[in-house]
Amino acid sequence: MSGLAVSELAVSHGAIVALRGISFSVQVGQLAAVIGSNGAGKTTLLRALSGLNKASSGSAQWNEREILGARPDALVRSGISHVSEGKSVIPELSVRENLVLGGIWRGDKSDTNAAIAEVVELFPILGQRMSQSADTLSGGERQMLAIGRALVSRPKLMLLDEPSLGLAPIVIEQIFATIDQLRRKLGLTVVLVEQNAMSALEIADIGVIINLGEVVASGTASELIDDPALRAAYLGY
Amino acid sequence: MQKLLETLLIGVSTGSIYALMSLALVLVWRSTRVVNFAQAGQAMLSTYFGYEIASRSEIFWLGLAAAIIAGALVGAGVDFFFMRVLFKRAISGPAAVVAPVIATLGLLGLIRSIVGLTWGGEFKSIQAPASKDGLTIGQTTIPFSALNILIIATVSLILITLAIIFQRTNLGLSLRASAYAPEIAQLAGIRTARTRTIGWAIAGGVGAVAGMLVTSYNFLSPYSLDLLLVFGFIAAVIGGLESMVGSVIGALVLGIGLTFILNYVGTSLVFIGGFVVLIVVLLVKPDGIMARGKARRA
Repeated sequence: MSGLAVSELAVSHGAIVALRGISFSVQVGQLAAVIGSNGAGKTTLLRALSGLNKASSGSAQWNEREILGARPDALVRSGISHVSEGKSVIPELSVRENLVLGGIWRGDKSDTNAAIAEVVELFPILGQRMSQSADTLSGGERQMLAIGRALVSRPKLMLLDEPSLGLAPIVIEQIFATIDQLRRKLGLTVVLVEQNAMSALEIADIGVIINLGEVVASGTASELIDDPALRAAYLGY
Repeated sequence: MQKLLETLLIGVSTGSIYALMSLALVLVWRSTRVVNFAQAGQAMLSTYFGYEIASRSEIFWLGLAAAIIAGALVGAGVDFFFMRVLFKRAISGPAAVVAPVIATLGLLGLIRSIVGLTWGGEFKSIQAPASKDGLTIGQTTIPFSALNILIIATVSLILITLAIIFQRTNLGLSLRASAYAPEIAQLAGIRTARTRTIGWAIAGGVGAVAGMLVTSYNFLSPYSLDLLLVFGFIAAVIGGLESMVGSVIGALVLGIGLTFILNYVGTSLVFIGGFVVLIVVLLVKPDGIMARGKARRA
């Protein structure tokens, strides 16, 4: 099937098993929300998918090609962009340099500039900050820059790790609206890892709930939202 | 007044050579977190190659070009065959911090032995590309020579080239990003391992130029660049080890400072002077003169 298919994925950190038996699939153009509390293994899952962590067993295929075991930079070349946890920008570089970075691998300067212009259209505030160092940005602006950098790589699959972390509610709302808008406009497939269950499921097609390294429930986002037992146990409202 | 001016000029000339070695050390430190003591050995080996070409062709600049190429290849080789393997095995804990530094010391010894076996221990000299005689201004001759001017010009040219590469090109951006945040750089699609090897190659080439310039002034032996390594390292520490601009400023400060000691205090105190500067900087401003409020996260 085209899209992302994760099957029986397991990851260990030394003797500690962080993830086991993780299976789910996301069709092209869908947004999957991976929900779970702190330490559930959400970040580990994304890091395994983008090549930052080694999986100990299982498989993950993107458009029928195995992605486990590939280097992160190679995955970027096959259209997978990972925006890691904690506003992953490089504070020592300027806003423009952070954006340009996402396009270097394609070696096409004019296309990188076009992609940057699209990002600025999406996040106008970044356009005003181009020559500032990324260090001077607010938390929300940094998250926009991190997503913007990933977009400059022109991804087909975007892995987003807790974009809401440490942001004010109103900014979170903006970021989620943008993510929703993005995938509709660009046809992006998105795996969104979140603690903020409700906001994530509201824009998601499907949801995967992880607890202690295992999938405890999955289904369409509306099914999960409507399940009273899940709401009480994992979604916290 | 005249003595003061001479001291400044000679100081800048000396400092500019330190700047190259200091820059080479900083380039490697930023990308790999290793103080590369083998840099003296790499520069020395490359200078021997330069010496071979320069003495056969009798053209210094051809020798310099050969030394730069040799330096870049040796630098890339050290990273590719040595550091990559080392970092695969010593990933974390004290081993990861200490092992690479000790390894570079070992490599320095190894290169010295290889050079000693190949070229012998006797002093070699390279025909300088300009006169070492002091310039005559009006009636007076000052100790500042045409060679000094050429050294300053060569170093300036190299620094400008590096500044353009680092600030204006995608390669430079990749090098900086990989040094600051390797993981984010990798997620942006940068081949960080390859980029790091290129960084080692640039450092190797820059170190080789330092070796050739020192040798044009003095002589070449398996130990002749040790002092350059020491002063280059002190300059890098003055500059804060992180900053390329800082390393150049640190080197000029050190070069001028040591020349002052040489001209006004006495020859015997120059070497000690270097270490006094090092200790004072570490005590007063351990993050170097370029450090702002907070130190950059490692």
